Amino acid sequence: MQPSVSFPILSALVLVPVIGAIVVALLPKSRAEIVKLVGLGFSLITAAMAGWMLVAFHKGEAGYQFVSKHAWIKTWGISWHLGVDGISLFLIVLTGLLFPIAIWGPDERRDIKAYIAWILVLEAGVMGVFLSLDLFLFFVFFEIVLVPMYFLIGGWGHENRVYAALKFFLYTMAGSAVMLVAMLTLVFLNKSHTGVMTFDLLELSKANLATSTARWLFLAFALAFAIKVPVFPLHTWLPDAHTEAPTAGSVVLAGVMLKMGTYGLLRFGMGLFPEASTWIAPAMLTLAVIGIIYGALVATVQSDLKRLVAYSSVAHLGFIIMGTYAFTTPSLTGGVIQMVNHGLSTGALFLLVGWIYERRHTRQISELKGLFKLAPVLGGVFLLVMFSSIGLPGLNGFVGEFLILIGTFASRRWWAVVAGTGVILAALYMLWAFQRTFHGEPDEVNRDHMHDLTLRERLSIAPLLMLIVFLGVYPKPVLERIEPSVKALLIHVENGSGTVESRVSSGVVESAE
Amino acid sequence: MLGALLTPSAFLAQTDAVTDRIVTPHVDWVAIAPTMILIGGALLLLLASSLLRITRPPKYLYAGSSALIASAAALATEKHWERVRHGRGGAFIANAVKVDGFSVFLTVAICAAIALAALIADDYLRRERLDGVEFYVLALLSGGGGVIMVSANDLIVLFLGLEVLSIALYVLAGSHVRRAESQEAAVKYFVLGAFSSAVFLYGIALTYGATGSTNLGEITNYLSTHVVFGNGLLVAGMALLLVGLGFKIAAVPFHMWAPDVYQGSPTPATGFMAAAAKTAGFAGLLRVFVSAMATQRLDWQPIVWTLAVLSMVIGSVLAVMQTDIKRMLAYSSISHAGFILIGVQAATQDGVSGALFYLMAYTFIVLGSFAVITVVARQGDAAHTLDTYKGLARRQPILALVFTLFLFAQAGVPLTSGFVAKFGVIQAAVDAHSYALAIIAMLSAVVAAFFYLRIIVLMYMADPEADAPPLTIPLGVGIVLVVTVAFTLFAGILPQSLIDFAKSAVLS
Repeated sequence: MQPSVSFPILSALVLVPVIGAIVVALLPKSRAEIVKLVGLGFSLITAAMAGWMLVAFHKGEAGYQFVSKHAWIKTWGISWHLGVDGISLFLIVLTGLLFPIAIWGPDERRDIKAYIAWILVLEAGVMGVFLSLDLFLFFVFFEIVLVPMYFLIGGWGHENRVYAALKFFLYTMAGSAVMLVAMLTLVFLNKSHTGVMTFDLLELSKANLATSTARWLFLAFALAFAIKVPVFPLHTWLPDAHTEAPTAGSVVLAGVMLKMGTYGLLRFGMGLFPEASTWIAPAMLTLAVIGIIYGALVATVQSDLKRLVAYSSVAHLGFIIMGTYAFTTPSLTGGVIQMVNHGLSTGALFLLVGWIYERRHTRQISELKGLFKLAPVLGGVFLLVMFSSIGLPGLNGFVGEFLILIGTFASRRWWAVVAGTGVILAALYMLWAFQRTFHGEPDEVNRDHMHDLTLRERLSIAPLLMLIVFLGVYPKPVLERIEPSVKALLIHVENGSGTVESRVSSGVVESAE
Repeated sequence: MLGALLTPSAFLAQTDAVTDRIVTPHVDWVAIAPTMILIGGALLLLLASSLLRITRPPKYLYAGSSALIASAAALATEKHWERVRHGRGGAFIANAVKVDGFSVFLTVAICAAIALAALIADDYLRRERLDGVEFYVLALLSGGGGVIMVSANDLIVLFLGLEVLSIALYVLAGSHVRRAESQEAAVKYFVLGAFSSAVFLYGIALTYGATGSTNLGEITNYLSTHVVFGNGLLVAGMALLLVGLGFKIAAVPFHMWAPDVYQGSPTPATGFMAAAAKTAGFAGLLRVFVSAMATQRLDWQPIVWTLAVLSMVIGSVLAVMQTDIKRMLAYSSISHAGFILIGVQAATQDGVSGALFYLMAYTFIVLGSFAVITVVARQGDAAHTLDTYKGLARRQPILALVFTLFLFAQAGVPLTSGFVAKFGVIQAAVDAHSYALAIIAMLSAVVAAFFYLRIIVLMYMADPEADAPPLTIPLGVGIVLVVTVAFTLFAGILPQSLIDFAKSAVLS
């Protein structure tokens, strides 16, 4: 059932930021303040539309809503096909939420016009990735986001920015290069059966593939997504990119861009190759658990606060991958909600680290000391966000990790047990870092340069804090929108492979609430 | 019968045995109108400028006339298109000249290359104090040769076109008389080019020996009615034809001339060479191999496969090591030739239309790129090291932005024509089950992305050199940039109409 909306809300979500970018590019260079306000305005319009979509979204339905489909390149069966379901819904809302914060939060002054324009282009690309229901369209967005991110890292990043930007671009491009060939193979195999050339996800997910073919194709797709996530051992671009990126870049990169990988594994990996997804599950689970432990251990020994947060992402994304490949309703629901949670908490953490850097011009933990005394609000906020990242009950991080662990425990006990230690390690590296930077007596340098959060900073991070608490206390509205789509996906995987046993019990989810 | 078989049809005129009079074929002027306009226009321009003794030509007089002549030639294909649409296309003038969608499509591409190159050249020639009419005349003549090639239906006509195209290009390469590098480029291009022409001619002779005709239509007929399995003569003939054309398109291992010639030639000439010579060379390849020798596919496909892989990989890898932008673009053009060869190798309708789309897209991208390089090089046409691009974004933001677009297009970033072009040939390869080729192509595109990005890094993320003078974009180059940017974006975002055009231009 389609909600009777004549306004093409999804197309608008992609196009409004593009229009914003063009408007910003045409503004005079001298009026930096206006440029920033206009950019913020356009991202707020996008956020409002995302919010409106959230309200209008019919809960309890598994299918795609607000679908908009127009032929684009007829010869090749390519269309502008957008749609949203429970899996992508909150990623869209998260994207809409994080971009205004990323624009308004950090105090960026260098060449502000190009900076804002690139951020808006990036927003359009990210929206497109999460909304596309056409493989070609998805690929276009998946690739195009590299360009603004490349410029953001390379133009406004820290010391090693050029190296990091190049590494980021080439890694991702190498992955998607193989994916494109697999995509085309799939399309032509489908064409040889049905006689129709189409890149439509819904059509292609019905394609009848030989098991071995599907596995090969899946591996090609999975490589591209695993680089993007990143799954251990393909994660080496991440610490560089996150650390060198400007604050807004890190927020967006960790907040939504990493999810393009996990989302791709869900939407395209499982949607197109259900059997291959269950076949690869043990390997993915193992890599996920290695990622959790490895990310946590490496984060512990970091001397750079931003790099520490970056490595914590490797660990958190490991949880999401584990939930995804445990194939139970709670674990998958947990995986999807954890994508949002990680976006909120890590986005906030990068914002906070960025503000510390703006004041102290260092990210070295050893040079920061006693910040709590100098900036109590900053310290308090940091504490809350950190607890959310660790997964303290009552905050959002707990809901996701708990669902993932309990779901995985049902189907893949030992992986869940090992991953459970990751939660403890997370507490270790986070608390230790907090202790070293915020506790103790501040020295002279810190005393001179550290001051508390300004009103702008407080206001810009406030929405994140509210959501962190709200989702921790009352995640039901989110869960009940995600769950139908997750169940539908699991049934699709079950039908496609016949190997998933009916461990799918929704009772667990209810008890988790 | 034997006599008829031995008479090379390309001699066009045949001797009537009874009356001993030479019978000339009916000349269908419409069929050769684009060529006549280009070559006639060139001669007219030469004549006018020497009779009127124009020593200091007004700005854009020659460039404007050349662009007009090229546009007129392109418009003349409208008559051809009408014939094709009503099913009245085919071979004319003793079956030597073909009028089909293919010839129309590529004639338009070559005419576009002439017009754009002429507009870039005007300010360049003035700046280098080389102003005269020669550049335009040679470009028009060379383009005329290219148009002969794209519509050739006979190996001899193809050779004629090749020579007209090449000889004019040799002179163009050496036309910067005060630069030793330009002279060196001309000599190198000429010696190697003449050599490859000879190889090509020998290939024609062997093919004639094996099939009894130089006419492509008759070759097709002969090959489809005779089993020539294991015919060494034909295979050798094909090999030599492939070498000759491989030289024109600069496919590895026949690419040795390209870096030096690209570097030494006057920059607008390099741009023209990259676009027009490649287009004409591929036209020959497609007509001879994909169309006429389609039945011998199993013989030539593996060789083209190898050429494609070598060109893509070696082109991309060697480009990474270059410090001179023109040399780098030379290697990148080699790698592009490899990509277009993927379409040739597929030997399917999709392959051909993919190659055609690629050629059209590349014409605009490469001329846009060389337009930027012409401006950045400044007086003397010598500043081509990558260092001159440092901080270009701060010195001349528009130029940097435009160049970024062209580099992204060459790298195959979506929403540019370069992406659709790459997508087209790759999908043809996948459809033809050449999976390995498709994967090698995509990975070499990643290597290629590295060196395109490196220039973008220099433009945006490095400081300009202290003594860098300001750059202004002259009107001619400005027009070229607007046109090429518009085309690159249009064909990248809304490619449907161009894909349809390329599809309708596929060889039957």
